[in-house]
Amino acid sequence: MTNKVFTTVGKPEQRIDAVEKSTGKVRYVGDYSVPGLMHAKLVTSTQAHAKITSIDTTEAWKVPGVRAIVTGEVFPYHIGPILADRPPLAFEKVRYYGEPVAIIVADHEYQAKLATTKVKVEYDPLPIVNSVQQAFQADAPLVHENAGSYTKIISNVYPKTGTNIGSHIKIRKGNFEDEWENCEETITANYSFNLSDHVALETRSTRVEINPRGKVIVHSCSQSPFTIKKVLNQFFNVEVGNVLVHIPMIGGAFGGKGTVQLEPLAYLASKSVGGKLVKLEMDREEDMITSPCRVGLDATVQLGATKEGKLVAGKYTYLLDSGAYTDQAAGITRAAAIDCTGPYDIPNVWCDSYCVYTNHPFATSFRGYGHPELTFAVERTMDQLAKQLQIDPIQLRIINGIKPGHTTPTQTVLTANNIGDIEKCINRAKELIQWDEGQKMVSGKNKVRSKGISMFWKTSTTATNAEAGAILTFEADGSVNLNCAAIELGQGTKTILGQILAEKLGMGMDKIHVTMETNTQYDPHQWRTVASSSTFLAGRAVIAAADHAITQLKKTAATVLKCSPDDLDIGGGKVYLKPDPAFGVDIKEIALGYTYPSGHSIDGQVVGIGKHIQRHLTPMDEETGFGKPGPWWSVGVQAVEVEMDTRDFTYTILKGVTVLDGGTIINPKTAQQQMRGGMYMGLSYATSEKFIFDEHGVVQNTGLRNYPMLRYGEQPAQYLVDFIESPAADGPFGARGIGEYGVIGAPACLANSLSYALDVALNQLPLTPESIWEASRGSEE
Amino acid sequence: MNSLSKTSKQLIQLHVNGETHDAVVRSADTLLIALREQLGLTGAKRGCENGDCGACSVLINGKPSHSCLSLAVEVIDQPITTIEGLMDSPVSKAFVDNWAIQCGYCTPGFIVNCHSLITTHPDANDELIEEWLQSNICRCTGYEEIREAVHTLLASGQTENE
Ligand code: FES
Ligand code: FES
Repeated sequence: MTNKVFTTVGKPEQRIDAVEKSTGKVRYVGDYSVPGLMHAKLVTSTQAHAKITSIDTTEAWKVPGVRAIVTGEVFPYHIGPILADRPPLAFEKVRYYGEPVAIIVADHEYQAKLATTKVKVEYDPLPIVNSVQQAFQADAPLVHENAGSYTKIISNVYPKTGTNIGSHIKIRKGNFEDEWENCEETITANYSFNLSDHVALETRSTRVEINPRGKVIVHSCSQSPFTIKKVLNQFFNVEVGNVLVHIPMIGGAFGGKGTVQLEPLAYLASKSVGGKLVKLEMDREEDMITSPCRVGLDATVQLGATKEGKLVAGKYTYLLDSGAYTDQAAGITRAAAIDCTGPYDIPNVWCDSYCVYTNHPFATSFRGYGHPELTFAVERTMDQLAKQLQIDPIQLRIINGIKPGHTTPTQTVLTANNIGDIEKCINRAKELIQWDEGQKMVSGKNKVRSKGISMFWKTSTTATNAEAGAILTFEADGSVNLNCAAIELGQGTKTILGQILAEKLGMGMDKIHVTMETNTQYDPHQWRTVASSSTFLAGRAVIAAADHAITQLKKTAATVLKCSPDDLDIGGGKVYLKPDPAFGVDIKEIALGYTYPSGHSIDGQVVGIGKHIQRHLTPMDEETGFGKPGPWWSVGVQAVEVEMDTRDFTYTILKGVTVLDGGTIINPKTAQQQMRGGMYMGLSYATSEKFIFDEHGVVQNTGLRNYPMLRYGEQPAQYLVDFIESPAADGPFGARGIGEYGVIGAPACLANSLSYALDVALNQLPLTPESIWEASRGSEE
Repeated sequence: MNSLSKTSKQLIQLHVNGETHDAVVRSADTLLIALREQLGLTGAKRGCENGDCGACSVLINGKPSHSCLSLAVEVIDQPITTIEGLMDSPVSKAFVDNWAIQCGYCTPGFIVNCHSLITTHPDANDELIEEWLQSNICRCTGYEEIREAVHTLLASGQTENE
């Protein structure tokens, strides 16, 4: 986009939050307490699907310190981000094990906790919907009797009364049915995995008070402060301006803190005690199952190709297990349809993506928003097709890789600006994984090493009017404060925005002060910190704010220096004459207004204001999916090399490779952190993680002891990360989003490598030695 | 009538980071709760309160311990070190320099544990490092940068310097 050599952008500037975090002094939302703070704890359902016949609170009231008990009839309405189908507190019936049924408010947490054990809830059990397959059967019990009657909050959601379908998104591009018949080679394969959890190390936590003026003051670890305002307004009738939300730094989120669950509960709790300050913090077990988790999936992929391997037709059926409520799973259903093919050019596409109700804990966004899931299904199918065609898996991917000029499943036309270069990514990944040295080799007695690869893509499916803003103010020493509502979740967004500003103003990072806390009353509106959208939206806003500030600085400097603003440039803490940089005025002399030696002052302080809103995005057509769902597609390739013991199917991950084209990389080190951390998360999920349900729909592993994850030392021995930087014309300094991408291809490439090692199709996750053993007894690949 | 109404609190003294502090605790209060709510030392985090994540790690008598698994009244005679007592430690610096911090929620627990590891075993090998650090969960980094930080520390011999 520009040949300018950057001074800060593209450099590994140290994260502005690292030193503070290393001392333990950062206060996360749960780290505050003041005398008088009251504590709320939840009574949760012991049944996965049952009528509530009675709730007896007599014994609970006897616990000293208990001040209020709130049950579902206090608020017998439904809320939700896409479809309003979830009562914040269950009333009439419960739909998942762990669902909130009552709130106890007490002086101390231990009192509230004790009281929760004394509430007696009587249930009348209902038949359980324990899988998406079962949910789909004609005579299946209904999780929601009246799904079609719920209020739609956004347009692209299609619930069906009389079924367990919470939404159904269709893609119809080209003519799949006819073309499929003519394909020389076809393949059909099925995939599945259970729901699982984010396990952000900080459990969800919030505190709410309602002050005598009616202001509702919320402190929370949320990715969506402005959505909290909207929810309290939309469903609880609080004037939107009367909801003030504060978000400190967050201890990991991964999408799980994007939806609004705790804040309305804490609001009801505070209301029940006359507006006093009430804290609601999830225990780990509640955070895992009472709060939303990650979707499960059953998928069928059909690919049709020529003998040479050119894809002609693809059909994708995705059944997303959204659990008891649609929440963001309805959006994930849509996102999975939008990018259903993976990064491949396929002229004839048919996709049915269903959001399916079950009696499982409800699911919400998870880093990748459906893409790790669909990529697993698509990339496993690509490998199986390559085998069938006897083509090298990389070759098959290169033949079909999507490029500028092609169209996406929703028929968006791709250009060199809105999509990265997938072919460069795969060639680089191929080098890093040393593909040409062989995909498989025997490495010892009963040991085999093998490699697997996956390509992936994702657009950022924001609201069509998603926006961000930034405000700059100056200090007397010429340094700058940056206020912006992008939330720091660990991804480094505050550092990135600081770098963008430093670059624009020609300043060092030491002169930029980024506010780490978000406060909805003084930070300009930002959609949410999700969908890898902050660098793009907030980055553009920061650039606009910097330009606005520069215009003001130049105007004052032009008066002082007696020249035209056009003669001036900015950098090194000065505004100076372009032809004679030694001649200029310090920013600190003009940033708060310039004062002449006579005492006369002009112009006043500089306040930079900037904003950016998504352009030209549209909803999808209900019948064909036609529409422009996102601004750009970042693309990438991941690969792993594993060593497997062929007797007991244990394995270690020797090498993990991620190559991403996310446009210009603002900070290579934070980008590397995101790629490695994402890949870890994808590999952890693929090797170990899932909820286990018994026949009553009760989750058996609700704690970290029996919910296995990769721990220290189980990560790949080598993590290689590289970037291809095809600039995005409209991104800040050419950047696209990258935050979620490291996770997307990881499960697929792991499954591909293990399948290749054993010559067995491994199409279920997680890939534990036991599940591999079971698969290897069954069908040969 | 209710057993809980009889629960009494007692005044104890905790020896934390070289200072002695008064704390009023219930006998059921964990060291984690006492540190956080009585002493305002919130560097040790609640990650699971079940001994599974290491976010609450502190040193009791120089040994890394899950403060969520000790009762405050059990440790009144023992010196306790928390992350707040390791300000400017080489371990903190190594975590910063090696990009081993993202959200930072696991960081205090990891630093406390790593500090103890390298002081106890200045020549730790990979196997031993793994054994020690498997008690802590980091959900953000993928552990690679943490591994690099520990290796840098061990290689530089900065392990005695407190
Ligand atoms: S909080 Fe103590 S180990 Fe998790
Ligand atoms: S940095 Fe977030 S859990 Fe480790």
